[in-house]
Amino acid sequence: MIGALIGAKVMTVTDSEREMDVSIWRESDGAGRFESYQVPARENQTVLDVVAYVQQEIDPTLSYRYACRVGMCGSCAMMVNGAPRWTCRTHVSKVVKDGRLEIAPLRNLPVIKDLATDMDPFFEKWVAAEAVFKPSVTRHDPMAPITPDDPARLAASAAIECINCAVCYAACDVVAANPDYFGPAALNRAWTLVNDSRDGGQDDRLAAVASNGGCYNCHAQQGCAQYCPNELNPTLSIAGLKRATAKSLLGRGR
Amino acid sequence: MLNLRLYMAQRLSALVMVPLTIGHILVMIYAVQDGLTVSEILARTSGSVSWFLFYGTFVLAVSVHAAIGLRVIGFEWAGIRGRMLDIMSWLVFAGLLWLGGRAVYAVTVAGGGL
Repeated sequence: MIGALIGAKVMTVTDSEREMDVSIWRESDGAGRFESYQVPARENQTVLDVVAYVQQEIDPTLSYRYACRVGMCGSCAMMVNGAPRWTCRTHVSKVVKDGRLEIAPLRNLPVIKDLATDMDPFFEKWVAAEAVFKPSVTRHDPMAPITPDDPARLAASAAIECINCAVCYAACDVVAANPDYFGPAALNRAWTLVNDSRDGGQDDRLAAVASNGGCYNCHAQQGCAQYCPNELNPTLSIAGLKRATAKSLLGRGR
Repeated sequence: MLNLRLYMAQRLSALVMVPLTIGHILVMIYAVQDGLTVSEILARTSGSVSWFLFYGTFVLAVSVHAAIGLRVIGFEWAGIRGRMLDIMSWLVFAGLLWLGGRAVYAVTVAGGGL
């Protein structure tokens, strides 16, 4: 028992002796730069743990965003060693390169301060893409019967587990090149609604996703599918929108 | 930047180009393998409605397809916007159509000369 306690103590000391070099983007009022911090390298820690350590132990002025810490809320996404990640579920050991970690705010979004980005453009594009449910009946009407094996339901289910983290939006090179492009998340959500037989806003939605910022901008590079933490495939959803809008042009319905 | 019409025009022109490209490659291989001279080729193409339609359609599809493709590249990589983007797209379309149309005219109508 005593041996085990001593062993645990020794382990802790060894842990705290090892450190890693963490570069974190610091920005306020439009001017930014990377700053270096020495952070304990622990066997088990997430990137969010590292950011929290810096804020709590080294520099309390560091700004970042998180909420649930269990991969549900989509608040804590950041660029980690150049790739967009949900930091609360990203273990340092999986992404660290040569003992170094570089943490920056999400790409393709304006920075409010340090690691916190302004998500407004991201969500404004959801609205522009009509990626919002439009009920066709009221709560007083009977529930719509949708069987679990309905093809449209299956298509929607494949794309529904989005947590709005904007990792796909940051991974998308088309968003980087074309600020008008709605991006993978908004179009993915629109695709789930195209497959929702209860929805009453299909004409407006198909017109929106066929507009200048819409699905035709996608080059199917699949950065979104590569980095989506929930392993969704927005590229596939966008391909579905291309088909649906093309069919509507040919007058065969959706 | 790309609307439904432009998107469909690019996809449909690609659809047209697929068999025509294969046909064109086969024609090139045949002409080279068989050692056809220029005059032998022109003897086959001059006055041929079939070759005029084959390469005329090809040129039209290429002009549409390339103009829309370069429109996207111009927008994303060169930052060309608005009216300038439309002008660029039309210039590429007209330029390719003129160059290709001139070549088709030369080998199928004018017998090799213009």
